[in-house]
Amino acid sequence: MSNLRSLSFDAIIIGGGGAGLRAALELAKSGKKTAVLSKVFPTRSHTVSAQGGITCAIASADPNDDWRWHMYDTVKGGDYIADQDAAEYMCSEGPKAVFELEHMGLPFSRFDNGRIYQRPFGGQSKDFGAGGQAARTCAAADRTGHALLHTLYQNNLKNNTTFLNEWYAVDLVKNANGDVVGCIAMDIETGEVVHVKSKATVLATGGAGRIYASTTNALINTGDGIGMALRAGFPMQDMEMWQFHPTGIYGAGTLVTEGCRGEGGYLINKDGERFMERYAPNAKDLAGRDVVARSMVMEILEGRGCGENGDHVFLKLDHLGEEVLGKRLPGIVELSKTFAHVDPAKEPIPVVPTCHYMMGGIPTNVHGQAIMQDADGNDQIINGLFACGEAACVSVHGANRLGGNSLLDLVVFGRAAGMFIEGALNEGIEYLDASESDVESAMKRMTRWNESEGGETVPELKRELQGIMQNSFGVFREEENMQKGVKQLAELRERIAKAHLPDKSNAFNTARVEALELDNLMEVAEATAIAALERKESRGAHSRYDYPDRDDVNWLKHSLYFPAEKKLGKRDVNFAPKTVDTFEPKVRTY
Amino acid sequence: MLQVSIYRYNPETDSAPYMQEFQVDTQGRDIMVLDVLHMMKEQDNGLAYRRSCREGVCGSDGMNMNGKNGLACITPLSEVVKNGKLVLRPLPGLPVIRDLVVDMGLFYKQYERIQPYLQNDTPAPAIERLQSPEDRDKLDGLYECILCACCSTSCPSFWWNPDKFVGPAGLLQSYRFLADSRDEATRERLAELEDPFSVFRCRGIMNCVAVCPKGLNPTRAIGKIREMLLANAT
Amino acid sequence: MVTNITNLGRSGLSDWLIQRVSAVILAVYTLFIVLYLLFNPGLDYATWSGLFAQTWMRIFSLLAFVSLAAHAWVGLWTVTTDYLKPTGIRVGAQTVIILAIFVFLVWGIQILWGA
Repeated sequence: MSNLRSLSFDAIIIGGGGAGLRAALELAKSGKKTAVLSKVFPTRSHTVSAQGGITCAIASADPNDDWRWHMYDTVKGGDYIADQDAAEYMCSEGPKAVFELEHMGLPFSRFDNGRIYQRPFGGQSKDFGAGGQAARTCAAADRTGHALLHTLYQNNLKNNTTFLNEWYAVDLVKNANGDVVGCIAMDIETGEVVHVKSKATVLATGGAGRIYASTTNALINTGDGIGMALRAGFPMQDMEMWQFHPTGIYGAGTLVTEGCRGEGGYLINKDGERFMERYAPNAKDLAGRDVVARSMVMEILEGRGCGENGDHVFLKLDHLGEEVLGKRLPGIVELSKTFAHVDPAKEPIPVVPTCHYMMGGIPTNVHGQAIMQDADGNDQIINGLFACGEAACVSVHGANRLGGNSLLDLVVFGRAAGMFIEGALNEGIEYLDASESDVESAMKRMTRWNESEGGETVPELKRELQGIMQNSFGVFREEENMQKGVKQLAELRERIAKAHLPDKSNAFNTARVEALELDNLMEVAEATAIAALERKESRGAHSRYDYPDRDDVNWLKHSLYFPAEKKLGKRDVNFAPKTVDTFEPKVRTY
Repeated sequence: MLQVSIYRYNPETDSAPYMQEFQVDTQGRDIMVLDVLHMMKEQDNGLAYRRSCREGVCGSDGMNMNGKNGLACITPLSEVVKNGKLVLRPLPGLPVIRDLVVDMGLFYKQYERIQPYLQNDTPAPAIERLQSPEDRDKLDGLYECILCACCSTSCPSFWWNPDKFVGPAGLLQSYRFLADSRDEATRERLAELEDPFSVFRCRGIMNCVAVCPKGLNPTRAIGKIREMLLANAT
Repeated sequence: MVTNITNLGRSGLSDWLIQRVSAVILAVYTLFIVLYLLFNPGLDYATWSGLFAQTWMRIFSLLAFVSLAAHAWVGLWTVTTDYLKPTGIRVGAQTVIILAIFVFLVWGIQILWGA
């Protein structure tokens, strides 16, 4: 296998979305030999689909806004298993990161005084919940993710970042000491497989919503980084925590931003009733996403759903008027016309809770350093491995992410990882080179697919996996059904291990990429399933019929999934922010 | 049954490209062209095309459908199918890598050439740079570009001179920065554009406007650049 | 910035402006001639040469000839750069075109001002 060509970098960033590009920018500015390796041209990454905005206390809509209030909302929104030191870091560093984006050219919408426009989003409050609804989400119309991703890509061009576009990372390469020293990657255009050597490997591969049949996620969101880390034997944190966004367009799954409700839209059932008033009397439609999604499912289950089959509800926007819709939500008008055949200025949009975001992921500290546990259950840094963005679990989102916090997470922790790696490189990092057998073991599954001669094909196996996840690990969960799901997944894993890749050509072979992605979906799905089955309580996005209450005695903890044993462990949540008092767990109401 | 005729070319096995016929059972539903491609890929695993967001914001799946460029993911069959037939080809004018996948190198090169980033050497304030809503409105219809290349690859001027004419997509972005009240490099940007090719090879054919899946108007932006050049040099 | 040495004004902007200004001059000249012919149905040689004997008409015509030459060069230069990709053929064609335009221009001046 030593005939592989190798490339060497100080840092390789896998993933060209918001987090990856922000980390790359920091490193490119420092002059380190950095490359971004992305399976799509960077502006095709899923960050581009983010709509509503980036939540941050920049004190524009309200000059008295305070990042501590944002931090409180974030911790409460996460149902108290967000790490408070991480939330503190994100919310306090946030304004700096947002202003930097503006200085880079991000075309934010504006208030009359020239400052960045901020809109209300779910779960936002003033004065630690006592001051009513806040408006804290900075927006570029309803195309904030697009504007942010393009701005970051543009600034990487400005700083001459090296891009390996349309390259696919196959697996991590570990040396004899277990340090991560690079990856195996494939140039999709030519099919060439290359050994990428690097002192720092950053997984910024985003989410994995494609484990579900119905998702707002792009087709590329297959959890490649999670899969790679799991195969390398590293643990995953809080993988049972999947956010179902209240407003995915019924049938199509495409996202309709929470900003619609921020701008004054609301949900109605078949009787035209604004039902969120019953479930969340104060915040109503702007309660936490988990709360709204559950309420919608309750409405549907109790027979008040809309449509022939009563299997969705409506998002009403027509009362906002054509002008507000055109100015603040132009992308939504476009999307609903295309995917729901509905003009929101005249009719409500049919919506249903749809898989949207993975709160869990690779456990990291605030510097993006990936973490595992030693034999005594203590945190241990994984040398050479970093993660940021949705692939990482810092954890700032805990059991439920607030709207607008994902974009902030990307830029704050992408930036933090970049800064930390720069410092570490300056101090000098030397790890043992990978041996030939180390490289070979990272090539194993690639070789497996390339040598496959017969068996089931990728599309049908993928469909089956998505069906299992949808049916057994959706908005509401329950022991027996999940046990069935876990068993089905174990069987599916056997079948995927014997599946067939018929097309073995080299030039832009998308079938091979989809086969490699299927392995990753399988890893993510199983981690999710086992974590969901084992967390015997309801918290945030994880709702169980059989354990309907939050159990702070046993589960005020992160879950930690260990792939080798397929067992779930626990990890302590951080309750020690540096500059503010701890937010003690309280009953979560909106 | 939908009759689909699709451009096929695999450099490893085909000496020349050819059109392949597919029968796709859409069950009479008005699905998107991208859904049809997924169904075809299940019939023939080797079929290559790009796709990502499947909602018209990432710009991956620009292609030529019954003679018109557009995004497969937001083009319903009812909009393109003629006489029960759908003809799919790669974006015209760029080298084909495989099937519907084209080499976008020249397109990106032209984008990079216009220095697509804000330039402002004045030290930034501690908060954001202020911008009035009126100034911000000037960026509407410009910043929304998704770099799908539908416009540039439908432009005859870009077909003939893809190495010299910036093309509608690049020029739209060029004007996005020229129009930004926060950008200070107007003079330098204009100096780069005044040759006979970069901007002036636009002949006002307006194919770009006709095909833009985001409803943007590069021709108007090009006119504005010309106005700025004229105002600057006379 | 794309470098060019064979286009008329060395700058796309000046070529573009010349193309448009010359087009206006040519349009006005053509309109004038058409109207003149319409309003003089029984036109004979004496009237026609009388028109061109006047200084303002000679200046107007010369302006139109020069405009035509410039307009043709800008336009045909563009056509050669669009469609003639091999450098030898393109430079050859450009040389032929510019010589022809030169000949026609001098010939036109000679007809206009010649004895």
